[in-house]
Order: sequence, then structure tokens, then C-alpha cells
Amino acid sequence: MSEASKTSHSSLFKKELGALGVDQEQVSTFAAFSATLRRDLLIALKRRNDLLNPLMFFLIVVSLFPLGVSSDPQELTRIAAGAVWVSALLASMLSLDNLFRADYEDGSLEQLLLSPQPLYFMVLAKNISHWLISGLPVVLLAPLLAYMLYLPADAYWTLVLTLLLGTPVLSLFGAIGVALTVGLGSRGLILAVIVLPLTVPVLIIGAKAVTDASLGLPLGMHFSLMGALLALSLSLAPLASAAALKISVN
Amino acid sequence: MWQWFFRLGSPKWFYEMSGKWLPWLFVLMTALLSVGIVWALLYVPQDYQQGDTIRIMYVHVPVASISLACFPLMAVAGIITLVWKMKLADMVAKCAAPIGAWFTAVALATGAIWGQPIWGTWWAWDARLTSMLIQFFLLIGVIALRSAIESTDAAAKACALLSIVGAINVPIIKYSVEWWNTLHQPASNFSMAEDSPMGPEIWVPLVIMIFAVYCFFVISLILSTRNEILERERRSQWVVDLIADERTN
Amino acid sequence: MFDNIQFASVGEFFQMGKYTFHVWSVYGLFAVFLFVNLFKPRMQRRQFIREQRQKALRDKQIAQQSVEQERADALGEGQ
Repeated sequence: MSEASKTSHSSLFKKELGALGVDQEQVSTFAAFSATLRRDLLIALKRRNDLLNPLMFFLIVVSLFPLGVSSDPQELTRIAAGAVWVSALLASMLSLDNLFRADYEDGSLEQLLLSPQPLYFMVLAKNISHWLISGLPVVLLAPLLAYMLYLPADAYWTLVLTLLLGTPVLSLFGAIGVALTVGLGSRGLILAVIVLPLTVPVLIIGAKAVTDASLGLPLGMHFSLMGALLALSLSLAPLASAAALKISVN
Repeated sequence: MWQWFFRLGSPKWFYEMSGKWLPWLFVLMTALLSVGIVWALLYVPQDYQQGDTIRIMYVHVPVASISLACFPLMAVAGIITLVWKMKLADMVAKCAAPIGAWFTAVALATGAIWGQPIWGTWWAWDARLTSMLIQFFLLIGVIALRSAIESTDAAAKACALLSIVGAINVPIIKYSVEWWNTLHQPASNFSMAEDSPMGPEIWVPLVIMIFAVYCFFVISLILSTRNEILERERRSQWVVDLIADERTN
Repeated sequence: MFDNIQFASVGEFFQMGKYTFHVWSVYGLFAVFLFVNLFKPRMQRRQFIREQRQKALRDKQIAQQSVEQERADALGEGQ
């Protein structure tokens, strides 16, 4: 754990609240939400390595595919959509680990649970900041890697859009698994074993949308399904994560 | 009105009652199984396309349909655990997970064996096999989580939550896998058995086998739940007395 | 009753048309599955009861030994 996070967690929270000009006793839900969001973003920005790791992982995994499959452009074109999506999925799994970890270790997670604000919004704020830090860069890097895998040009926008809709779902589902396992001493691969099966629909819809886009097929169904998944997980997953946090911390 | 519900939640009461049910269930299962298996193996006419492989259906379909019931069962037990903090519900959920994994694995294996003559390969990424496989992974996840958390109470709640999340996800996974599969390749002719009208000589033994396997599921669930009850209540007086009274064999 | 049996001979029954392996491996797997799931809990139960008995016995012996020890100590002090 880095020094920055140790010192800054709870003090930063208070400072944020002070900056917003609110009394600590009567913080509106929105103020607490934005304070949590800003705090997490600030901490993440101070830890550059954590920022780069998911990106590097994504880059490495994608470049393993040509090495493992073939360097033949035609074959790569066929697997490009799936390869980019699977790598994005794995990258977001990997980065999940530090979603609640540091907060759990320094005790600020417990404070979060004790706060009078609805836990749903606090967890949502953490999710959003985590996605901005680890999901969004992956989405932005994806077209470059897709180019390296010879993805047809028609599919670029679909790739970026489905990743934009899909990676938040991955983060939201993943947060449930992280919340369930945050108290465990040695977690190893259990997080992946729990969360990966839950992410199957996202992978199917996302990869299929990109493949179909490169074939010039209509995509209305894919986007509406992905949107439905995002809406569902936005409304339900933070509730489940909040309940899971309460179970793990007590 | 709720009295029976909470009495049902008492492990001791359940242990005593299930001890009385078990012999009857066992007799019922044996009767249904022997009738069902003899009927399926000897009397069911050969299918005009599948030949004798239709006899595989009488094992595969019951096992598969009961393995689908496992996640809803665990989710209901999970809700009872979280809302009413009933210990018995968690014991049932804990025992249901490995049994469900067994059922799912057997359904996968028999499905693969049934599919081989039709597809010409042992494994096909058919919609049903694939969603069954992912359900298997979900069950493994629940089992892994259970064994990773040391505190029984925390493990109970965590697994309850994961089961509920999984149960919500199972239909979504099923739907998305079907959608993925039907658009990828022409629909498999695996569903032939359902498309063609089934005469009573086909479906009556199937219904018998489904009930037989259901009995088997209930029996094995009760047996392992009883062990779990003894294990967790081993310090209470009634278990100590019970162990002292048990004949050595 | 026997007229409706689909097979003319026992050999034919065991052969199951072209699908000897498929049909019998499924039923064999099913038999193993039944057997394991019905007998494993029974074995576990027996094992558990045996362990608990031994533990109870051990606890009793330890209690007895300590009582005897105390008695011996009391005697020793008396002399």
C-alpha cells in the first residue's frame, strides 16, 4: 500500500466536505456522493502505477493473440473482436482488486458504512471513479489495438461504443465480487472464479456486436441489449455490493 | 400462523422429521427408478431418427431439469438466510451447491454423449450445453466462496448474496447464450425430441424418471443436510445424546 | 407384457443398435452418480459419529486421569 493513500483517506474526505462548505453532520446525499467521487479520483491520480497497470495488461494480452494464433491478417481479422473484448474483460477483472482494498485496510470503508447517506450512492461513486480510472483508458486504447489486429474499419465505432456501455457493467458486476471477498486474507483467483461467469452476457453481446458490425449487419438489437444490461446493473449491482460490503466488514 | 415456519427452521426438528421421511422417500425413489429404468430401456420404441439413443433422454432430461432447479432453490434459501437469519436454510443452501454441481456435471456429460451421434462430436457449443456449463461455473464460484470464508456466519450471508445474484443472472445468461447461438449457426436439431409430437409411450416413462430423479435429489440433499446439522450442532445436548445412543456399525 | 419389449434377444438388448457405448455409458454414469451421492453422506455420517465418540472417550479419560491425579496429590500431601 502506498504512503499517499495511508495519509490521505479520511483527512481528504473531511477536507472535501469542508471545501464544499457543508457541515459534517448534515451532508446531503449528493454532496457525499461527489466528495467520495473526487476523493477516489484524487487518490487514484496520485498513484500513477495503478493507473498504468490495467492499460499495460490490456496491451500485453492483446499482443499475445497474434503470437499465439497466427500473424496472418485474415485470421486475425476473424478473431479481432473477440480478442479485444476478452482482453478488456480480463483487464477490468485485474484492476478490480484495488476497488475497495485500500479503503478496507485503512478503515475508511468502515466509516463509509457508518455514514448516514444511502450506501447505494457511495458504492456507485466508488464504481464510477474506478471505471473512470481503469475502464475508460482501456476503452480509449482499444481502437489502436483493434488496428493492430486488423479489425475492419467499419467496426471501430461499434467497438468503442460497446466497450463504453459494457465496461461499466463489468465494473459493477465485479464490485459485487470484490465486496464479497474484500475481507479475505488470501484471495488468489477466487475473485475471477466468482465474477467471470457473471460477465458472460456482456462478452457475448459486445464481441458479437463488433463482429456483426464488421460484416455490415444491423446492430439495433445488440445496443438495446447492452443498454438494458447497463441499466439493470446500474440499478441493482450497487445495492448488492453495498449488502456484500456490510457482510464482509462486520 | 408463522409458527410452523420457524419450527421448520429448527435444525433439531428438521433432523427428527427428515429421519421419518427418509425411508418413505427411499422406497418411493426405488420404485419409481426401477419402473422408469426398465420402461426406458426395454419398452420405449426406437426413434425413427435417433434409434436407441432416445434411451439416453430418460437420464439426461431429468438430471438436466433438476440441475436447473438448483439455483432458484439456493436463492430462496439465501433470501431466507438474509431476511430471517434461519440457520437451517443456510445448511440446505450449503449442501445444495455441491449436489447441484454434480447434477450439472452429469447433465453436461450425458448431454455430450447424447450429442455425439447427432453432431458427430463430443462437444458442441450448443446453446443449452453452453449455458449449462456457465451455470456449472457459477456453482463452482459459490462453493469456492464458501470454502474461502472461515466464519460460518459470514460465509452463510456471502454465499446467500452470491446465490441471489447468480439466480438473477442465470436467465440473462441463458437468454444471451441462446441469442448468440441461434444467430451464429443454424439451430441444432438437438431439440428434435421436443418438436416431434410425443406419444404417451414416450413421455410417461420420462415423467416417471423425472419424479424418480427428483426423489433422489431430495434424498441426497436431506442426507447431507442431516450431516451438516450434526456437524454444526455437535456441542448441543441432543446431538451428544444421539451419538451416544447410535448403535455401532 | 413381454410382447412389447423392443428387443428380440438379450444380445440385441446389450447391443442397443448402433449405440452400445453411448447408451450404456450414460446409464453407467447415472448408476455411479446415484451410488456416490447416496452412500457418501452415509460414510461421512459414520465417520463423524466415530470421531465424536472417540473424542468423548478421550475427554472422559482425561477427566478421570485428572481426578486420579488430584486424589494422588491429596494422598501425597496427607502423608
